[in-house]
Formats: sequence, structure tokens, C-alpha cells
Amino acid sequence: MKIEQSERGSVERPGALAEESQARGGARPALEGQIIDTIDRAIVKATQDGLPLVERPYHAVAETVGIPPEEVMERLERLLAAGVIRRIGLVPNHYALGYGFNGMTVWDVADGDVSEAGRLVGELDFVSHCYHRPRALPDWPYSLFAMIHAKERVAADALVARIAATLGPLSSGHLVLFSSRILKKTGLRL
Amino acid sequence: MDDTDRRIVNALQGGFPIAERPFAAAAEALGLEEADLLARIKAMRDDGVISRFGPLWHAEKMGGGLTLSAMSVPAERFDDVAAIVNSFPEVAHNYARDHALNMWFVVATERPERIAEVLAEIEARTGLAVHDMPKIEEFFVGLRFEA
Repeated sequence: MKIEQSERGSVERPGALAEESQARGGARPALEGQIIDTIDRAIVKATQDGLPLVERPYHAVAETVGIPPEEVMERLERLLAAGVIRRIGLVPNHYALGYGFNGMTVWDVADGDVSEAGRLVGELDFVSHCYHRPRALPDWPYSLFAMIHAKERVAADALVARIAATLGPLSSGHLVLFSSRILKKTGLRL
Repeated sequence: MDDTDRRIVNALQGGFPIAERPFAAAAEALGLEEADLLARIKAMRDDGVISRFGPLWHAEKMGGGLTLSAMSVPAERFDDVAAIVNSFPEVAHNYARDHALNMWFVVATERPERIAEVLAEIEARTGLAVHDMPKIEEFFVGLRFEA
């Protein structure tokens, strides 16, 4: 699978995020604390279902929000540069493109090794998302999550094997949870 | 889906122009007419080849909350529980997966404290435990698919 990379290698590390603050029911800090203003919010609301598919989509958004189109475009440029917008473009339905084997691979990596392991796996060109998440012992020892996508089962298995080879002794066990059905995929809604 | 559609999907997973006539600019780069590009994107969206077209917002950078949660749902209740979980507008994605934890969903909220409320409401309405697995560190997001 040939892929392009946009953000590979960029690591986000919410520094103040103590493990205990992630505990269920605990206060969750806004990770980056970069709060958007009310006009930005209105732009989010006007575009969360997608851009209008018309010749001047940003002008259509401007009309909805009630500000000049130049301001919509300036704000989008700023939000994109700040990473509040990850990117602007299309999101393909990977099932429709033939990627029928979408696996959440989860790896049992010791807490002290997760940052190194995540950096290594995040650099693999076929991994679409890679996160450190809390393990839930005793039933769930897995702390490193990496998503893979393939058109055939054998190809998916080969990708899992490449992650396993990359991690080597850093991982003491893993699972692959393939998705059997999309139950909902709407994306963010304000 | 023809070769031109594939070129569009491969080229436009990011970097869509911010300009008065962005489809015209994107079409020119692809050697297409603006109207043809618009028509093809509309058709692919209507056919479900494209899930969405526009800015991809980063919930946490907007000051919001985001988490991944999982539940073990008895098979005979699976569709009913899926309907309850999906009824929350804060549930952005939900996938059935092959494991004892067989329902995995992403919750995105405008206020971080709303996450715990949504998960508690899901537990109350389903009578099932929700295992919350918020990210501690992000290593990579953003693979683009080759059509």
C-alpha cells in the first residue's frame, strides 16, 4: 500500500496530563488549552458536516456565519497553521476503497518503554493512528494502540508481523481487533 | 470509480486550497475542469466513497474532550445497545470489533467534563460497564489511503 504522510514524526505530548487525571470521572484538562472564539465555533458548526460543494464554498460558509468571506479564509488559514484543523480535504471511506481488514492492534508495552515504542511504531508508513492509552489490568494489559488497514487478511497479518518485529522485546503480548462493522461514523459534532 | 476519481481521492486527502474558487484551483492542478471536479466529488460523496469533504477539526485543540471507550455487549443486545450509544451526538465513531470488548466508540465533546457525563449516561441506559481509554500520548495520526 502506497501512502503519503502528512504529520508523521510529529508527537503530541500533553505535558501536564497526569495519569490520575485520566481516571474515570476525574477532571480532564483541555489538552492544549487553545480555546477557539465564538466566530471560530460558528465556522466549526457551519463546516462540521463538510464544506458546501459549490464554486465558492468559503463564501457560502461566510454567509451562514454572517462575516465577510475574507475573514472566513483568514481564520481557516490561522486554525490550520495552529493545528486546530488537522487538514482540509476529503476523507475516503476506506471500506469503499477495498480496505476490508481494518485492525486495531494493541500491544503490552511496559510504561517506561511506551514513548520509545510509540515513536518506532508511529514511524511505520502503514500505521494510520498510534496512541498510548491506559491499560486496564488484569483483563487488558495493552497500552500501545496502532491501527492498520489492508485489502486482504494475509496482508494485514504481514503488517502486524512488521509491528511485532519493530517492537521486538518491547512488547510482551498483543492482540488484533478487526472491525466487523461500522456502527457510526459521523465525526465531530458541536 | 474511474481513474480520474482515484486521482482525485489520492490528491485531495489534504491540502485543499483556501481561496475564493478552491475547486477551480484544485481542478487545475489535476488537469480537470472545476465543474467536473465538483460533480465527481458530489457523486463520490453520494455513493459513500467519500465520508466527508472539508476541514478535519482537532477536538482537543478546540478545548474539547476526546476519548476511546469500549464495552462488552451481549450478542442478543448488540443492536439495541448500538442504537443507544449512537443516539448520543457526542459519539463520533462506533465500530464493532471481534473481541470480548466488542463495541469501541470515540466520544468527542465540546467541554472536556462532558466526557464523563456521556459515559455515565451510557452506563446508566445500557446497564453495561464502559471501559474508558483516553489517549495519554499521540504518536501519529494522518495516514492517507491510496485509492
